[in-house]
Amino acid sequence: MTDNYVGKRVKRTEDPRLIRGLAHYVDDIALPGTLHVAFVRSMYAHAKINSIDTSAALAAPGVVAVYTGEDVAEKIGPVPCASALPELKVPDHRVLAKDKVYFVGHPIVAVVAKDRYAARDAVDLVMVDYEDLPVVTDVEQAAAGGPVIHEAFGSNIAYKLTSGEGDIDAAFAAADRTVKQRILHRRLAPIAMEPRGVLARYFPGEQELTLWSSTQIPHLMRTQVALMIGMPENKLRVITPEVGGGFGSKLNVYAEEALLAWISMQLAKPVKWIETRRENMAATIHGRGQVGDIEVAFKNDGTLRGLRYSVFADLGAYHQLLTPAIPTLTGLMLSGAYKIPAIQMNIVGCFTNKMATDAYRGAGRPEATYVVERALDLVAADLGVDAAEVRRKNFPAADEFPFHTATGLDYDSGDYETALNKAQEIAGYADLREKQRKAREEGRLIGIGLSTYVEICALGPSQAMPAGGWESATVRIEPTGKVTVMTGASPHGQGQETSFAQIAADELGVDLNDVTVIHGDTGIVQYGIGTFGSRATAVGGTAVYVAIQKLKEKAHKIATHRLNADASHVAFEGGKYSLEKAAAAAGATGTSDPVVPVGEAPAGALPEPQTEGKTSLTIQDIALAAHLAKELPPDTEPGLSATYFFEPKNFTFPFGTHIAVVEIDRDTGDIEFLRYVAVDDCGRVINPMLVDGQVHGGIVQSIGQAMFEEVVYDEQGQLVTGTLMDYALPRASHVPEFELDRTETPSPVNPLGVKGVGEAGTIGATPAIVNAIVDALAPFGVKHLDMPVKPENIWRIINGH
Amino acid sequence: MIPVQFDYKTPATLDEAVALLASDLDGAKVLAGGHSLIPAMKLRLAQPQLLVDIARIKSLAYIREEGDQILIGATTTHYQLESSALLQQICPLLPECAKSIGDVQVRNKGTIGGSIAHSDPAGDWPAAVLALDANLVLVGTNGERTVKAEDFFVDLLTTDLQPGEILREVRIKKPSGRFGHAYQKVPHPASGFAVVGIAVNLELNDDGSCKSAAIGVTGVGVKAYRAKAVEAALAGTNLDDNSISAAVAHVCDGIDPNSDLYASGDYRCHLATVHTRRGIQTAKARVQ
Repeated sequence: MTDNYVGKRVKRTEDPRLIRGLAHYVDDIALPGTLHVAFVRSMYAHAKINSIDTSAALAAPGVVAVYTGEDVAEKIGPVPCASALPELKVPDHRVLAKDKVYFVGHPIVAVVAKDRYAARDAVDLVMVDYEDLPVVTDVEQAAAGGPVIHEAFGSNIAYKLTSGEGDIDAAFAAADRTVKQRILHRRLAPIAMEPRGVLARYFPGEQELTLWSSTQIPHLMRTQVALMIGMPENKLRVITPEVGGGFGSKLNVYAEEALLAWISMQLAKPVKWIETRRENMAATIHGRGQVGDIEVAFKNDGTLRGLRYSVFADLGAYHQLLTPAIPTLTGLMLSGAYKIPAIQMNIVGCFTNKMATDAYRGAGRPEATYVVERALDLVAADLGVDAAEVRRKNFPAADEFPFHTATGLDYDSGDYETALNKAQEIAGYADLREKQRKAREEGRLIGIGLSTYVEICALGPSQAMPAGGWESATVRIEPTGKVTVMTGASPHGQGQETSFAQIAADELGVDLNDVTVIHGDTGIVQYGIGTFGSRATAVGGTAVYVAIQKLKEKAHKIATHRLNADASHVAFEGGKYSLEKAAAAAGATGTSDPVVPVGEAPAGALPEPQTEGKTSLTIQDIALAAHLAKELPPDTEPGLSATYFFEPKNFTFPFGTHIAVVEIDRDTGDIEFLRYVAVDDCGRVINPMLVDGQVHGGIVQSIGQAMFEEVVYDEQGQLVTGTLMDYALPRASHVPEFELDRTETPSPVNPLGVKGVGEAGTIGATPAIVNAIVDALAPFGVKHLDMPVKPENIWRIINGH
Repeated sequence: MIPVQFDYKTPATLDEAVALLASDLDGAKVLAGGHSLIPAMKLRLAQPQLLVDIARIKSLAYIREEGDQILIGATTTHYQLESSALLQQICPLLPECAKSIGDVQVRNKGTIGGSIAHSDPAGDWPAAVLALDANLVLVGTNGERTVKAEDFFVDLLTTDLQPGEILREVRIKKPSGRFGHAYQKVPHPASGFAVVGIAVNLELNDDGSCKSAAIGVTGVGVKAYRAKAVEAALAGTNLDDNSISAAVAHVCDGIDPNSDLYASGDYRCHLATVHTRRGIQTAKARVQ
C-alpha cells in the first residue's frame, strides 16, 4: 500500500496519444480490401414504401452489393429493446425498413462499394417510391389519437406507468398551498465528437467475426449482435478502440452494427461504415423529450407534503435499447434532495415519427432534477421566501441516512446542508442578493439561481438492471512485474485508464507507469457491463480494488512461504512483503522496482528471484516466483492473477449545490454569466482533476440545454436542425469561469467510498441556470421559462410582446 | 457529407485561373478558403465539376497602401486582415470585422474575396465593404472591370460576378479626417454567422457634428445593404442620443427581414436597431 496516487491530481495517461493525434478510432483502422457501406435513408417521416429499384445502383461503378429490407428481413433479428415494463408495446424494429418508414433518417437500403465515394454516389441511384402518410411529431397529439404509427397497436401509446409511494391525494388535500407548472424538456442531440462507426471482418475459415464499434458496451453488444445474426456468441469478438465520446448515445445496439456484421459474412470481406454528422443528427438517439406538469403540495411554513409529475414521454418511432426505461429514471429521482412524504409519477410513453429517444448524459435524471428544482423555486416565490431557505427546510439531515424516499430509493449517504452552505459561502450569497437588490433599483436585471441536486449513480444492483448491474475486473502481475488491469467497464473519455491505474498502483505499491489498464475488447477482457450511468469507478473501480485484495491474499501466502515466516509476521507495505520486524527498516514508502526492468535484462530464461536470507520480497518478486512456480506453497496455483465480479448492494447518490448568477441585457435579452459556483459531492475522489473535468463538461452541456440546444422537427417530421449550422452547441465563448469546490461524503455502498460524477454537471447545472434567468426576470412577474431560453423570448417578455 | 466527384486544379497565376474557369463556364467554381463552398459540396447542394483553387496563387494575398487607396488581394485571409498593424492604424473597421468571423481555424483559411464573392446573407465582409464604399476589381477573359460594392451585391447569394469572372482585389479609399469605425455583431450560436452585423463608418465635422455616416448591414435581409435612411437621418446631426435613436429606427426600412429558429424577423430588426445605435456610439467615441 502506498498513498502516492489516489486523491492526487494525476495527469491523464490517455492524453498524450489523444493530443498528438496518435489514438486509433474505428475509422483509423484500415484493413486491406475493406468495402464501404452507405445508407439510403428515408426523406419522409411517415410513408409507405411502394417499391425500391436498386438496379441503377447495382450497376454503378465500384458497387459490390445492395441490400434492402426484404433481403435481410429473415436473416437479421430485430434491433433489441432491453426495457421490460408492464404491457410495453414493442414494435418489430428491423435493421432496414421494409414496407413503411417511420422517421426521417430511417435506413432503407445499404449500398456496399469499393470506396466511400462510390457507395455514397450509388445511394443517389436507388429509387424509392414512397407514398406519404400522415405524420405525428407532437407527443401530446400522438397520445390524443393522431395518426397511428404502428397500426397493430391501435394507438401511439407505448405504455402507461404510475409509480411512487405515499398517499398523494391526501397530501394535496391537506396542503395549505400548491403550485403547478407545465414544463418542456426539448429533445437534445448527444453529438459525440466522434460519430458512430462500425468495421466488421468475417473470417470464413474460422467462422469468426470481429466487430470494431464505437460503443460504450462491447460485451452487451457482443451478446446482442450474436443473437441478431444467429452467430455463437463466442465466435464474435467486439473491439472498442478509442471512442470519441458517447454521452449515452453509444449505450445502445443499433441496426448498423448487426447489419455490417451480417454483410461482412455475406461478402467475406471487411466492411466499414462511418456515420456522417447528418446521419448522427438524424439516426443516432436523441435525449430528453418530455412534456409534463409538475405539482407540489406544501405547508405555509414551506414544508413539502407531496409532489406529482405527469408526463408525456416522446419515445420516437421505435424503441432502442433503453428508450422506454429512461422516463422511469425520472420517476425514481423526483424526491430530489428533499423529504417529500408522497410522490407520484404518471408516464404516458408515446410513439412519434421521429428518431428514438434514449440515454443522454443523465438519462432521465436531469428531467427529474430540473422539474423538482424549478418547482422548489415556484414554492419559494409563492411563499415569498428565499430559494435557499425552502431547500434547507426540506433537506434530510446528515444523520437521517440511509434516507428512504417516496420514490422507493434508499439514499446511501449525504450532507446536503453542508454543500449548500459551502456554495453560498463561496458565492457570497447574502452579498449577491444585496447586489441584486441594488441593481434592480438601477433597472439592471441580475438573477441568482440555485440547484441543490441529488443524483443516482453507480448503476446498479443487478435487480434494477436489464442485463446485469455488476462489473468485472481481472488484475494480473506479469512475470516481468508489470501490472495488467482488465476492466469490464468501457471508458470512452472519462479517464479510467488513469484512475484505475492509480488505485492499482497504490494498492500494489508499484509505479503508475507499471500499470496498464485494458478495456473494450471482448476477446481479451472478461465479460463486463460497460460504461454508463456514472458507474465505471463505483462499480468497475471497486471490482478492480477487490480483485487486487484477492491477488494480495495469494501473494501474501507465497511471500510467507518464500520468507520461511509465519503468515502473521509478514506485512505488505510500500510494495514489499516484509518480515514484521524488518517492515519499519524496509522504509515502507515509495514504490518497489520491477524485478526484471524492461530493456535492462536480456530476454531468455527469467531469473528465479533470490529469496534466500532476504527479509522482504517485492510484489514483483512474488509474481515472478508464482509464474516460474518452482517453489510455491502446497495447493497454490501458478501465476499471480485474480478476477472479481462486484455486485453493488445499492446505487450511490452524489449531490451538491450549483449557483449561477446571470445578468440580462435589457435591450437585447442577451444572457451573460456573472458567476458560476459548483460544490459537488461525489464521495471519495480518486483523481480531483478528472472530477473537475467531468463537472466542467457537464456544466457546459447544461448551458447548451438551458440556452441553446433543441432538436427541431417541423410538422411534416422533417429534421430542421440537421446540421451543426442549425443545432447550436455551446462554445468556449458561451462558458463562464467555473468556481468549483467539493465536499466529500463517502459512500457506504462500496469499499472505495466513491459515488460517481460523470453526469452530475448535466443534472445539477441546468436548473441553476434557468432558475437564475427566471430570477433575473422576476420584476416582470416571470415564474417559469422553457428551455432553451433564448434572448428573443426574454426580449418579448421585457417588452410585453 | 461526401461531395460528388469533381476535378481540382491549382493554377499558378490568375491568368491561368481565368482560362480554367472559361474552359467550363457552367461547371467550374473558384475555390479560395473553401469555408462556404466545401460545406455546400459536402451536402451536395453545390456540385461543381471543376474546382479552380486560387488560394495557392501567392500574388493574390496582400494588404498594401497605394496613394489614397488600400488594396487587398482577394485571397487575403481573415486572420491576415485581423492581424494587420497597417489596417489597425488606417482602417480599423477591417480588422474588427475580421476578428468577429468564425473561429481561429476559419480565420486562418477563409478569405475576404471568397466571402464577398459568395455573398452569404449573413456574411460579415459584405457589410464592411459596403460601409467603406469599396471598389471590387473583377477579372475575366475580357479583362478587368471595377464595380462599386453597392452595385456588386445583387440578391440572395447573387452578385454582379459574371460567369468566368474572378474577384481579384478589394480597393478602399483610405479613411481620412475625423473618422470612427465600429463593427457590431450578434453571432448565431450555431453557425457563428451574423444574426445581425452592423458596420459603421462615421466621419465628423470639426464641430463634432456628423459629416457622413456609412452603415453596412448584414444578416437582416437577403443580401447585405447600406442603411441609407439611417445615414441620411444622421447627417448633420450632433449625434446626440436622440438623433441617433431617431435615425436607427430606420435601419430595416424597406427590408423583409430574415427569420430562423434563433431570431424572428421582428427580433432581428430590433437587434439591428440596438446594434446600429451601439455601433454609432462606439464609432463616435473612437473618433480621434
